[in-house]
Formats: sequence, C-alpha cells, structure tokens
Amino acid sequence: MPQINSSEALEKFRQELLTKNDADTPCISICAGAGCIASGAGEVITAFKAEIEKQGLQAGVNTKETGCPGFCERGPVVVIYPEEICYLQVKPEDVAEIVTKTIKEKKVVERLVYCDSLTAEKAPLESDIPFYKNQKRNLLGSNIKIDPKSIEDYLVLDGYSALSKVLTQMSAESVVEEIKLSNLRGRGGGGFPAGRKWEGTRNAPEPVKYVIVNADEGDPGAFMDRALLEGNPHSILEGLIIGAYAIGSHEGFIYVRQEYPLAVENINLAIIQAQEYGFLGKNILGSGFDFKVSVHQGAGAFVCGESTALMTAIEGRVGEPRPKYIRSNIKGLWDKPSVLNNVETWANVPLIINKGAEWFTQFGTEGSSGTKIFALVGKINNTGLVEVPMGITLRDIIYKIGGGIPDGKKFKAVQTGGPSGGCIPESLLDLAVDFDELSKAGSMMGSGGMIVMDEDTCMVDVARYFMEFLADESCGKCVPCREGTRQMLKILTNITEGRGKEGDIELLEELSEVAKEAALCALGKSAPNSFLSTLRYFRDEYEAHIKDKRCPALSCKELINFYIDPEKCQACGACLKKCPADAIIGGKKLIHIVDQDKCTKCGTCFEVCPTKFSAVTKLSGEPVPAPVPEAERTVVKKDKK
Amino acid sequence: MSEILLEIDGKEVKAKAGMTILDAAKSVGISIPTLCHHEALEPFGSCRLCSVEVDVRGRTSLVAACVYPVANNILVKTRSAKIDRIRKIILELYLAHAPDSFVLQDLAKEYGADKDRFEKEASFCIHCGLCVRYCNEVKQKNAVGFVDRGGRKEICFIPEIAAKECWDCKECFPLCPTEALQAAYVLSQALFTAPPE
Repeated sequence: MPQINSSEALEKFRQELLTKNDADTPCISICAGAGCIASGAGEVITAFKAEIEKQGLQAGVNTKETGCPGFCERGPVVVIYPEEICYLQVKPEDVAEIVTKTIKEKKVVERLVYCDSLTAEKAPLESDIPFYKNQKRNLLGSNIKIDPKSIEDYLVLDGYSALSKVLTQMSAESVVEEIKLSNLRGRGGGGFPAGRKWEGTRNAPEPVKYVIVNADEGDPGAFMDRALLEGNPHSILEGLIIGAYAIGSHEGFIYVRQEYPLAVENINLAIIQAQEYGFLGKNILGSGFDFKVSVHQGAGAFVCGESTALMTAIEGRVGEPRPKYIRSNIKGLWDKPSVLNNVETWANVPLIINKGAEWFTQFGTEGSSGTKIFALVGKINNTGLVEVPMGITLRDIIYKIGGGIPDGKKFKAVQTGGPSGGCIPESLLDLAVDFDELSKAGSMMGSGGMIVMDEDTCMVDVARYFMEFLADESCGKCVPCREGTRQMLKILTNITEGRGKEGDIELLEELSEVAKEAALCALGKSAPNSFLSTLRYFRDEYEAHIKDKRCPALSCKELINFYIDPEKCQACGACLKKCPADAIIGGKKLIHIVDQDKCTKCGTCFEVCPTKFSAVTKLSGEPVPAPVPEAERTVVKKDKK
Repeated sequence: MSEILLEIDGKEVKAKAGMTILDAAKSVGISIPTLCHHEALEPFGSCRLCSVEVDVRGRTSLVAACVYPVANNILVKTRSAKIDRIRKIILELYLAHAPDSFVLQDLAKEYGADKDRFEKEASFCIHCGLCVRYCNEVKQKNAVGFVDRGGRKEICFIPEIAAKECWDCKECFPLCPTEALQAAYVLSQALFTAPPE
C-alpha cells in the first residue's frame, strides 16, 4: 500500500475500496468484543468459517469479526448484511442453519431473532429491537460494521475524511472554534468543555504541546471506552490527530490500562496502519503537519485515570496526582501544555468535524450536547452498552432500553458515575440525564457507569462497597483520602455488621467534609459521594442499621437470620440436603429447623426452597421464633387436612 | 510586573510571581502549620494541614497554601471555623498512627484535637515523604522510597543503596515529624536483609 499523500488520493482510494466492497455481497458480522467472546463468540466465528468453506461459499460471502454493538446480555451477537438481520445468543450448532437458511435461501431463522418477553413480538432486524430502537448510536453504531483490525473497513465508512477536511480546508483556529460551538464536554467524568480546554493549550506560549487519550477506564462495571477502543480504534486516533492539529501539537500518548489487552492490541495495530497509510508521521496527507503517537500501558492503579496522576505515570514516575492549581492544559505532561481527553470525547471529534457543530448540538440538552454511552449493568434485563442523547430520562434508559428489573423485583436505585458518583432513588427516575442534573441530584455523570439496584440491595452496603474500593485504590499521597477513606470504611463496615453506634453518621459527615474540601485530587474530593448520596436518599436505612440492628433490604449477613416457617415447611428435604453447614435439623415428614448456631448465612436454603412452599424466610431486627417442640414437628400435608 | 499584591488575613502582602501562599505568608510573619513542607524540597501538598481559604473574584475555595501560587487580588484566610475544623480532624487522623509525636501533640493542643478519637493503628509513619524526598532531591541517592499504595503504603530503604550510603548520612532522621527511631528501625531492617557484598 503506497502512502496516501493528499486529500484527492484518499478519496480516490476510498472509491476503489467502495467499488471493491460490493454492498450487496452477504456479510456475516460477528461481535468479537470482550462480552461476546466471554459468551463463546470465538467458537461461533470458527464454526462460521468452517461452514462457509464446507458449503463452498468463500467467494460470495464475507465474514467479519467486529467490535461490540452493545447488546452484551444476548451475546454472541451476529448480524447478517445487507439485510441487517440480527441473531442473538448464537451457538456454534446454529451456524449451519444460519448459512443454509439466511445466506443461501434468504430466510430468517425465527428462533434466533429477538422476541419481546411480554408481547412475544419478533424483531428480526437490528433496528427493530427495542434495546437499539430507543438509542441514538452515533458512536457505537459503527462497531458492528467494522473489523477493528482493518483500516480499510474504517475508510469505507468515511474514515479519516474529517482529518483530510481539517488539514486541507480548515485553519487550526477554526477547528477549535467548531469544537467550542459543538459544546462537547469531557466524557471522562469532569464534563469540562473540550473546546475551551483546547483553546487554552493552543494559546499557551510554550511551543511543545501534547495531546493525550485517557483510556484508563477503571470504574467498576464500566466498559464504554473499552468497546470503542477495541471496536473502532481508528475513530479515536483520527480525533486525536485532529486535536493535535488544532492545538499545534506534534506528539500524542494513548494511556490504556493493561487490563484491556485487546484494546492495547487493536490500538497499536491501528497506529501502525495509520503510519503505513500516511495518516500519522511526517507531512500527513501532504499538508506539512507532522504527528506521532505512542501507547503507554497503565500498571493497574485506579488513580491513574485522574489526569495529573496519568501524566505523572507517563513521565515514568509513581502515578500520583499533583496539585492542579495551574491547569494541565497550561502546565501538564513534562510541564508542557497538554490536552487530555477521554476516549469517548476524542471519538466524537471526527463526527463533529464532518457533520458540523450544529448537527452535534441537535442531540442532547442545552448544557450537555451530543450523546453519551452508558454501561448499563446490575439488576437490569438488558445488560449492555447504551448510547443515548443527553437529557433522556433515567426511566427511559432503565425501562425502554434496559427492559426493566429482572424477576419482577422492585427498582430501588441507580448508581451513576462510578465510585465518585452517587445513588439516585426511584423518586428521581424522571430526571433528565445530563452533566448538570446528575450533579444536582448528588451524583455525577462520571465516565458513564450505570448500576441498577433492586429492592434486595442494601444502600449502606453499597456505600461500604464503594468506600472499600476507594480505600484500596487511594494512592495514599494525601491524608484526607488515605486516612479518611480508611476510617469511613471502618465505620461503614461496623454499621453493616451490626456494630453501628449513635454518632456514626455525624462522624462520617465530618470525615466527608474533610475529604471533599481538603483532598488533593478529584478522586479524594469525591470519595464521600457514595456515602453522602445514600445518606441523602436512604437515611432511614442507616438509622435502621444503627438503632434497630436491622437491615431493611435483608441483605447484610450479620443482621439477618434464616428461618423456616413451620406452617409452610412441607419437609421436602431440599434445604436439608443442600445446606453446606449441616445447619438444618429435620427428617422425613418432619418440619425443618435452622440451627442458628451452625448457620453461616450463605442463603442456600433460601434459594433452594421450592417457590410453591416459600417456607424459608429472612428475618432482621427481630428475634427468631423458638423452634417447634420436637413432638409437634410432624408435617400435616395440606391436601390431607 | 513580577510584583503581586494579595491580602492575607486582612493584611496587604507584596509577593513575587512564583511564590506560594505559604511563602508569602511567611514573609510577613503569618504562620501556617505544615508537616510535609521543607524549605529545601519541592512542595508536595500531601499533609493538607496548610489548607487555607482563598477568595478568587468572589469564589471561595479551600487550597493547600504550600502549592497554591500567589496571584493578584486574591484574599487569603489562614484561620476560620472551617479551616480549624478540618485541621483538627486531619490531626486526629494522624494521631491514630503517631500518638506520641511531639510535633503532632503541640498542634493538637492548638486545634483541640483529641488523640484518641480514632482507633489506634500505630505505624509512626504519617507519609509526609520528607525522608523520601530529601534523599531524592537533596542527596540524590534514592536510598529510601515508598512501597505499595493507600493505607498499605510504607517507607522502605533499598538495601543495596542503603548499605553503601545511609550509615554515614542519616540526614533524613531529624526531618521526621513523628519518630526518628522509626527510620532507624526501617533502615536497620533493610540493612539486615542486604545481600552480602
């Protein structure tokens, strides 16, 4: 492949590719993202290749291993083009039928298409599935169409045309202006306007400047950036090169956490390809602009997602944050002006350049334009990645896209923003999701984690969980975070284990103030958020734990007892057989009893007790009734009464 | 041009560009408590005891005086109910680790900090990093460093370097705000495990 050295050459090459890639040729796209691979996509891919060969169809059918389209709950996902028929939970044994029926006979394999659990209505096309239909997938939409290891796939979808546009038709200032007009705000958590950040760096007098991609996605349950970097690495690279041109930088870094090996592999490959094709290096597309980029792998510290800690780590020192009183865009990496943006922010840049700021601002709210990708996880039917316009309500995300809460349970709260964010209760389900509204509600946008919780979740325990995460991940540099999270974790643990005492809430509030006001970095300052937001909306749960030693969600092990209702027990023996602690006393036709001294509260009896009996219950904050005297334990069968 | 005018505790202060609030306060005899600060070392900003309130064009925030650069027309308050409250808890958190430190005890008296507020976890070290940074910045030997992170973070001498450098130096010992003997202990621990020459 000769280097493409002008805008015209790029368009000519693109035309050649489009002619070569006949859009009517059947193509089997199989998601090879982390989620689908985990549910067996690797075997499905092998099976498709073998089947196509077996049926002698190699010449007329393409197969493609693509990035993640988001519907992880129903993976492995397979989409057949040009019809866009979407098959879900495909297994290797389904492959022969798909090839024979769909590829050869152009028929739909009904049993593999989406079927609504309530209406039983089937949706064979990707665009008809409610999970997708209610999204606006500006970024994620391309993932299923692209083999992330092929730069040509990206070029077919107009790839690098935005770069070509800025290099040949736009001044650096007008690029900054366009991004400012789009009101693109940082997708990594802070929500700082990207255009203003770029402008500051552009105007800084220092001649050496850097651009950085923050791909150190560390929030529990979040995988948005992973899907973009694994699935469409060139879009991020293109955004980065455009940013470099706009601010006058000639060197960039992509900081990827090492826990994302596929992302590291794909972005490294993308860099090599971009160099070969002439989108990186000297005199890009004949414009005279030079830019090089390298990948820096993180070493597993959550705090390195914080911009100054990330820069310190790239410099080769221990990844600890430093004071930010002079912003990084003025004094950043090696003290040079540096623009650091998150993966998703960079991925939006080519779209804004190609389609214009006005196109971008039609999505979202006045203060928060565009779409946002969320990792919808937890107690939700449709786990996966969803991309929605800002301003959509939480209710629409959870019910229309997410399909509601499984097992008919009641919704309790949704945690947004990762460990720095907070929990939002049912009363605020109609909240419009954008940067400002989430902050007002005591949570934050963060990078886009969204963990749904049902009625069985204890909110004090949720606060304890996130505090444990933060205490473990604190870098330890400043005392409000290192010692503050340690003490807060101790108090929260005491509360969930029944050792809470009067004054604990107030002490937690005092420690929260110190962390919020005096911690060095944003992670320390936001560390108390999970506690503060759960206290704000679920204070009664804290009080129940402390005063009544009761866990209202019946979840905290130390505060519950398992009890078998003698009226309901039919002596089926299920719990007796399964109890790993031999804590069930019982026998044939004898009412079963939990030996509270032996019980380890693993919950097995509760799970195995047949629903028709539902004899095992959880008690909290009340004494366990005395067991039925031995002489009266014989079960009286209901039907023989 | 390089002269900057600011106000600290109601007093007008002239400072030079590049100075921190701590420097400027010191120049007019206003004392701000510090634990991790040292004249010879780069500001670190870890102990947060020097937190002060800064009003920039009507917006007040709490900042670390040792790293916050002076700017024209800012209003600084070095004591307030809020600042004292925060310093008190910071001291109480420290005292859980080093209840016998004289430096901490003196500060505790001033801010009314209760050394028994938090459960004791005697580790002596309060992670001010003075020894680590002094060895790195002044002596340029890097014989002592931090290992691990967060609550598990500890100072540790590197046996190979310590065996050669430390015995005749020990300049970091008197810098320690809690217990110089702790450094001696950690040092000898490292030396005992040093590989034979």
